[in-house]
Amino acid sequence: MSDSPIAGPAHGHGALAEAGDPHHGEHPSYQRHHFETVDQQADATNFAMWLFLLTEVMFFGGLFTAYLIYRNWYYPAFVAASHQLDVRWGSLNTLVLILSSFTMAMGVWCSETRRRNGLMLCLTLTFILGMAFLGIKTIEYHEKWEKHHIPGLHYSLQSFLDPASDEAAAKYGDSPLPLDMARHTELYFFLYFAMTGMHALHMIIGIAILGFMIVRARAGAYTNGHVTFVENFGLYWHFVDIVWIYLFALLYLISRHQ
Amino acid sequence: MSATIVSLPDQSTARIPKTNFLTKENGLLSWLLTGDHKRIAILYLISITFFFFVGGALAGLIRLELLTPQSDLMATDTYNKVFTMHGVVMIFLFLVPSVPATLGNFFIPMMIGAKDLALPKINLLSWYLYVAGGILVIYTMAAGGVDTGWTFTTPLSTHYINTNVMSTGMAVFIAGFSSIFTGLNFIVTLHKMRCPGMTWFRLPLFCWAHYAASILMVLGTPVLAIAIVLVALERTVGIGVFDPTKGGDPILFQHLFWFYSHPAVYIMILPGMGVISETISTFSRKRVFGYTAVAFSSVAIAVFGFFVWAHHMFIMGISNYAVLVFSLLTMLVAVPSAIKIFNWTFTLYKGSITFETPMLYSFGFMGLFTIGGLTGVFLGASGTDIHLTETYFIVAHFHFVMVGGMLMAFLAGIHFWWPKMTGRMYPEKISQMAAVVTFIGFNFTFFPQFILGMLGMPRRYAAYPPEFQVLNVFSTAGATILGVGYLLPVLYLTWSLKYGEIAGNNPWQATGLEWQTQSPPLTENFTRIPIMDHEAYDYEWLEAQQAKEVASVR
Repeated sequence: MSDSPIAGPAHGHGALAEAGDPHHGEHPSYQRHHFETVDQQADATNFAMWLFLLTEVMFFGGLFTAYLIYRNWYYPAFVAASHQLDVRWGSLNTLVLILSSFTMAMGVWCSETRRRNGLMLCLTLTFILGMAFLGIKTIEYHEKWEKHHIPGLHYSLQSFLDPASDEAAAKYGDSPLPLDMARHTELYFFLYFAMTGMHALHMIIGIAILGFMIVRARAGAYTNGHVTFVENFGLYWHFVDIVWIYLFALLYLISRHQ
Repeated sequence: MSATIVSLPDQSTARIPKTNFLTKENGLLSWLLTGDHKRIAILYLISITFFFFVGGALAGLIRLELLTPQSDLMATDTYNKVFTMHGVVMIFLFLVPSVPATLGNFFIPMMIGAKDLALPKINLLSWYLYVAGGILVIYTMAAGGVDTGWTFTTPLSTHYINTNVMSTGMAVFIAGFSSIFTGLNFIVTLHKMRCPGMTWFRLPLFCWAHYAASILMVLGTPVLAIAIVLVALERTVGIGVFDPTKGGDPILFQHLFWFYSHPAVYIMILPGMGVISETISTFSRKRVFGYTAVAFSSVAIAVFGFFVWAHHMFIMGISNYAVLVFSLLTMLVAVPSAIKIFNWTFTLYKGSITFETPMLYSFGFMGLFTIGGLTGVFLGASGTDIHLTETYFIVAHFHFVMVGGMLMAFLAGIHFWWPKMTGRMYPEKISQMAAVVTFIGFNFTFFPQFILGMLGMPRRYAAYPPEFQVLNVFSTAGATILGVGYLLPVLYLTWSLKYGEIAGNNPWQATGLEWQTQSPPLTENFTRIPIMDHEAYDYEWLEAQQAKEVASVR
C-alpha cells in the first residue's frame, strides 16, 4: 500500500494483506506490502532461510559435539557398535537422498522456467524418494529393535561381549569387548537414535511441506514467476541431505579405513 | 531554545493524529492476527511486563524469607522452587525479550526507514511462541514448580529431582525459538530493508547493538535447545549422554548450557547498551563520541562473548589450562564494554546535558553497569572466582549488570520512546522521582550482597548464620524501595495514556528517523520511504531541517 498511507479502518494490511489487492496495481500480486521491489523480497526471504539453516547447524552441532567427544573416549565400543549397522542400507539411503536432492534441484529449475508439469513431477519424485528414505530407515530401526539395541528401553550387550554369537559382528571378525567398554556401545546407539531421529524428524517435516507444495503447484503456484518458496524449500532439503551425508560417514563408516 | 530540550506542541490546539497504527483497525482479532511490528511490540510489552511482575513477586518472597536467619516463611524446598522460578521467569520471559522484542521490534524498522520487519508473520509467530512458553511456565508454577535452579544442572535435573523439569524445559525450548526468530528477523531486516542512503555507518547505534545481540540469539539459542532436548531424553528414556554411570559426562551439559547461557547475558545487555547510546546522545545534544568504535564494540562483545563460557565452570573440574585460557578471554571481553562506557562519558563532555527521566535512568545504567562489569573482571580471575563463586558476590554481580544495567536501560528506553509509541508524554516530575527511587532502592538491595558474598554467605539457601542478618535486613528493606520504584512507572505510564500531554512528532528534538514522523506512527511508518542524506546523530541537520520547515510555513 505504498501509494495509500491513509486507508480506511476496514482495509486489510500486514499479515492479512491479500494477493490481488487493488493498491498493488504495478506490482505482481505476490509482492508483500512492506517490500519495495520483488527482488528485495526474494533477497530478504532467501537470506532469512540461510540464517535459519545456520541455526539448524548449531542445533545439530550440539549432537555432533557429543558424538565426537564420546567417539574419542570409547573408540572400540563405537567401532563394534557401528558394525551392527548395515552399510548396504546406509549406502542405499545415501543414494536415495542424493537422488532426491537432484530431483529437488530440477524442481527449482522447473519453477524458474515456469514448467508446471515438470515441477509437479519433480516434487512428486522428491516426495516419493523422501518416503523411501524413511521406509529404509524404519527397516533399520526395526532390526535394532529385534536385536535389543534400543538404548534405555531394553538393551542387550550380547553382540559385543560375545561377537561370535552375532552374525554382523562375526562378519567383521570383532573380538569380544571387556564389559566396561561394551557398556558404552549403549552411548553409541543413543547418539545413533538421537541424530538419525532428529534427522528423520526434519525429513518428515520436509515431506509434509512437499505434500503441501504439490497441492499448491497443481493450482498453478510457483510457476508464475514467484519461485522464492520453492527455492527456499530446496535449500532446506539440501541441508537435510547434507546432514545425512555427515551422519552416514560418522555412524556407518567409523572403521572403514583400517 | 530554553534550558530544556523538550519541545511540546501548543497543548490547546495539539491533537493525536486520527489515523495511526493504534486506530487503524479495531477489535481483538486485529491485534492477535496483526503483522504490524509496532502492534506486535505492544503485545510483547504487555506480556513481558506481566511476567516481570510475576518474577518480581517471587523476588519479593525470596527477600522476605531472607529477612531472618532461619528458614521460617517457607519450607526449604519451597524456597528452592521460588528462586528457580524467579530465575526462569526473569531470564527467559523478561530479560531476553525485554528490549529487543519491544523497543527493537517497534523502532528498528522505523530507524532504518522501512515499513516493517522483513518477516512480519515470523514476528507474530515469535510472540505466540513466547506466550506458549509463558503459559507453560505458569502451568509449571501451578503444578508445583521446579527446583533445579534456572541452570538445569545435571545430574540434579535428570536423576535426583522429581519436580516439573519437563514442562520448564519445554517452556525454555519454545521461548528460545521465539528469541531465535526475533534475532533472525532483525538480521535480515538490517541487511535488506534499509532505506536509500542508510549505510551501515549511518545506522543509529541502537541498530548496531541489536545486530550484535541478534547474532548471539541466532547462533547460541539452538545449542541451548539441543541441550534441553538431551536432558528431556535422559529423563524420559534414560539415555546416558550426561550420566557418568553410562559413560556420559555431566560436564558436557555444562559446556552446552553455558555456550548459550553466557552469550545470553550479552543478548540481555547489548540491546540495553543500544538504548543508552540513543539517550546519552539525545540529552547531551552531541553525536556519540567514537561512533565507529561503539558500533564495533557491540560486534566485538558478540564475538568474544562466544569464547568465555567456561568461566562459569572454574570449580567444575575443567582443566587448569582451560581455566587459564578462559580467564584471559573473559578479561578481553571487558575491553569492548569499557570502550562503550568511556565513549558515552566522552559524549557527555561539553555536551548540553539535560536531566529528563531517560537520562537519569541512563546515568543509573552507566554507574551500576560499571560496578557490575568490574566485579565481573574480579570473577574472571580464576583465583578470586574460586573464592567467590556460588556466594552472594555472584548474585550481586549479575544483578548489578542485569537489574542495574539492563532494567535501567529498559526503563530509560520506555520513557524515551513513550511519546513516540503512544503520542503522549509521561509526567516528568514523578517519573524523575521514580528513577531516583529505583537507583536508591537498587543500591540498598544489592550492594550489601557484595559484602555478604565476600564474607562467605552462599547463594541458594533459605537459612544463613545469624551474623549475616544485618546486611540481609538492609537488602530486604532496599528491595521494598526498589519494588515501589518499579510499581510507579506502571501507574503513571498507564495514567499518561489518557491524561498525558500531547507529545507531537519530536518532543526530544532527537535526530533518528523514527522521530521525523507522526506520533503514534502510521501503520507503515512513513507516508513515503525516507532518504537518508545525513550522518546519524547530526543535530545540525535537524536544526537546518526545522529552519527550512518554519520558512516554508511562512
